[in-house]
Amino acid sequence: MSTTDSYASSRETTEGRVYSVTGGDWDSMVTEIGATKEERVVVNMGPQHPSTHGVLRLVLELEGETVTEARSGIGYLHTGIEKNAEYRTWTQGVTFVTRMDYLAPLFNEAAYCLGVEKLLGITNDVPERASVIRVMMMEFNRISSHMVALGTGALELGALSPMIFAFREREKVLDIFEMISGLRMNMAYIRPGGVAQDLPENAVSKIRETVKELRHNFKDNAKMLIGNSIWIKRTKDIGYLDLAGCITLGITGPVLRSTGMPWDLRKTEPYSGYENYNFDVVTTDTCDVYGRFLIRMQELEQSLRIIEQACDKLDGLQGAPVMVSDKKIAWPSQLSVGTDGMGNSLNHIREIMGESMESLIHHFKLVTEGFRVPAGQVYSAVESPRGETGVHLVSDGGTRPYRLHFREPSFNNLQSISAMCEGSFIADVVAAVASIDPVMGGVDR
Amino acid sequence: MNEEKAHGMFGASGSGDTSGFGGLVRSSVSAGASERPYGGYFDDLADDLERAYPAFSDAIERVVVDRGELTLFIKRDRLFEVAKILRDEPTLRFEMCLGVNGVHYPDEVGRELHAVYPLLSMTHNRRVRMEVAVPESDPHLPSLIELWGGNNWHERETYDMFGIIFDGHPGLTRILMPDDWPGHPQRKDYPLGGIPIEYKGATVPAPSERRAYR
Repeated sequence: MSTTDSYASSRETTEGRVYSVTGGDWDSMVTEIGATKEERVVVNMGPQHPSTHGVLRLVLELEGETVTEARSGIGYLHTGIEKNAEYRTWTQGVTFVTRMDYLAPLFNEAAYCLGVEKLLGITNDVPERASVIRVMMMEFNRISSHMVALGTGALELGALSPMIFAFREREKVLDIFEMISGLRMNMAYIRPGGVAQDLPENAVSKIRETVKELRHNFKDNAKMLIGNSIWIKRTKDIGYLDLAGCITLGITGPVLRSTGMPWDLRKTEPYSGYENYNFDVVTTDTCDVYGRFLIRMQELEQSLRIIEQACDKLDGLQGAPVMVSDKKIAWPSQLSVGTDGMGNSLNHIREIMGESMESLIHHFKLVTEGFRVPAGQVYSAVESPRGETGVHLVSDGGTRPYRLHFREPSFNNLQSISAMCEGSFIADVVAAVASIDPVMGGVDR
Repeated sequence: MNEEKAHGMFGASGSGDTSGFGGLVRSSVSAGASERPYGGYFDDLADDLERAYPAFSDAIERVVVDRGELTLFIKRDRLFEVAKILRDEPTLRFEMCLGVNGVHYPDEVGRELHAVYPLLSMTHNRRVRMEVAVPESDPHLPSLIELWGGNNWHERETYDMFGIIFDGHPGLTRILMPDDWPGHPQRKDYPLGGIPIEYKGATVPAPSERRAYR
């Protein structure tokens, strides 16, 4: 290659000639490849690539523009959360798992906490208000996650405006998270036994306003994309995966529902009281990227419906507890959101530091040592924006998890890249990956 | 059974005393085999499996019902057969496998490594868990990719993290750790690692080296 750039070069290997391309040198590479008789080119897309949703590496074997083989390489964001959690208390575990799938932190927390509660045998003791708040937060989280999926998905296919709209809406949801938990992501808000703190005053009316705003604003993206002929050309019949393929590959979530299968854990195995809400499971039968896009768009409205019903329930549960009454499990410190974020409530500090020695001892023991969880194992699952987020928890009777494993839908669903992309054009790989909506923090954990 | 003893200053057992000096010896026992009736759909499920698979009593080491979940402990050389019946039998129809996950019990001599398969039947909306134990010295299991293609990456992850070798897997390589990584990080004898933190001259040891409550 006629270049002096040491990063843009070519060299012989046992696998054939390897070209490094850094951009701006395509012409010389094309000339050089054109001169060889080799028709098969293997392209490494990622792990640093704007359209691979984080550090996903795709190894594509190409013939011309057609993908003959597609493989994905993962592990670039492996952080050992599962191992780390074995050295922390059950409560601290929430802070770790919330960082797995960072676009759906509340689902990780919920799945984990439902598992811990099942191990403790206190599933039915979780106060109703806590469950309603959990449901409401999860549905807001589904909206914010779908907004990223839609926005970045559109961006990767060259449509800039939907991304602007999507992130505008996501911002409103994050404001709600900030108002309630003090944090915009990785909030560790759902705790074993309930939630970290009650809603601030006037939260419900603020939420109702936001729901109204969101419902109005969602129309912008719908107008922009639904029925848009360019969008349809880029997504219709792309990334095809039918029901049989989904079942054998263990695919759940919007990808499964795009085959017409109305499988949603909120309906089939209701948790946190989902059986008390009216909502529809959205399906399409096109098995393609467009179908998955439509499902996400319509799930937004279903989430808003659930949030509205949750608001009504919250009105009737004013002042009800948000944490189990068992003082040996409930987090002792009463948290509150102040001007500088979440912290201990001043009343609680006054009590343990000035009034009650026993409260201080109790606080200290629970915070440093944690609570004991009876030995055994459970699997608990929730319907996250990407499918079934399952948690396998093993306890040996101690204060820390013996083993914690997340069955991440992103990790599982990413396996379908080969089935979706082989035989398609390279440009459609981007659309297919976007429709799976993998989050590498969840894939690699 | 998993009879584990831990000694040390911290931790209590039996009593509500959490002072740290209450109990110096702790033993934890995992759930033993359950007796019929199992409750719920578990009896039907076991009956159906027994009918479809006559070697049931030989292949299933024990059936555990705990916290509303059914676990079948299966001998490893029978795993594939049982899994196939669970998938194909119309009354069982566990058409979806949610992967495989390892657990390391170093104290269970001869059965150190456990592989756990959560199964889901969408047809009947039921769940069951298959659990297989293999010795650390011979960590071989049959691959179930032929039955559930989606187990491919899960088996690679379990190999990567626990060193369980899935015979028949088309490409059993590490998936999360680098290819040349030594050891299997999720085993209990593999340290967490980390760097000691220095603060004002004092040192806080890495998480796995710290004094901890048991």
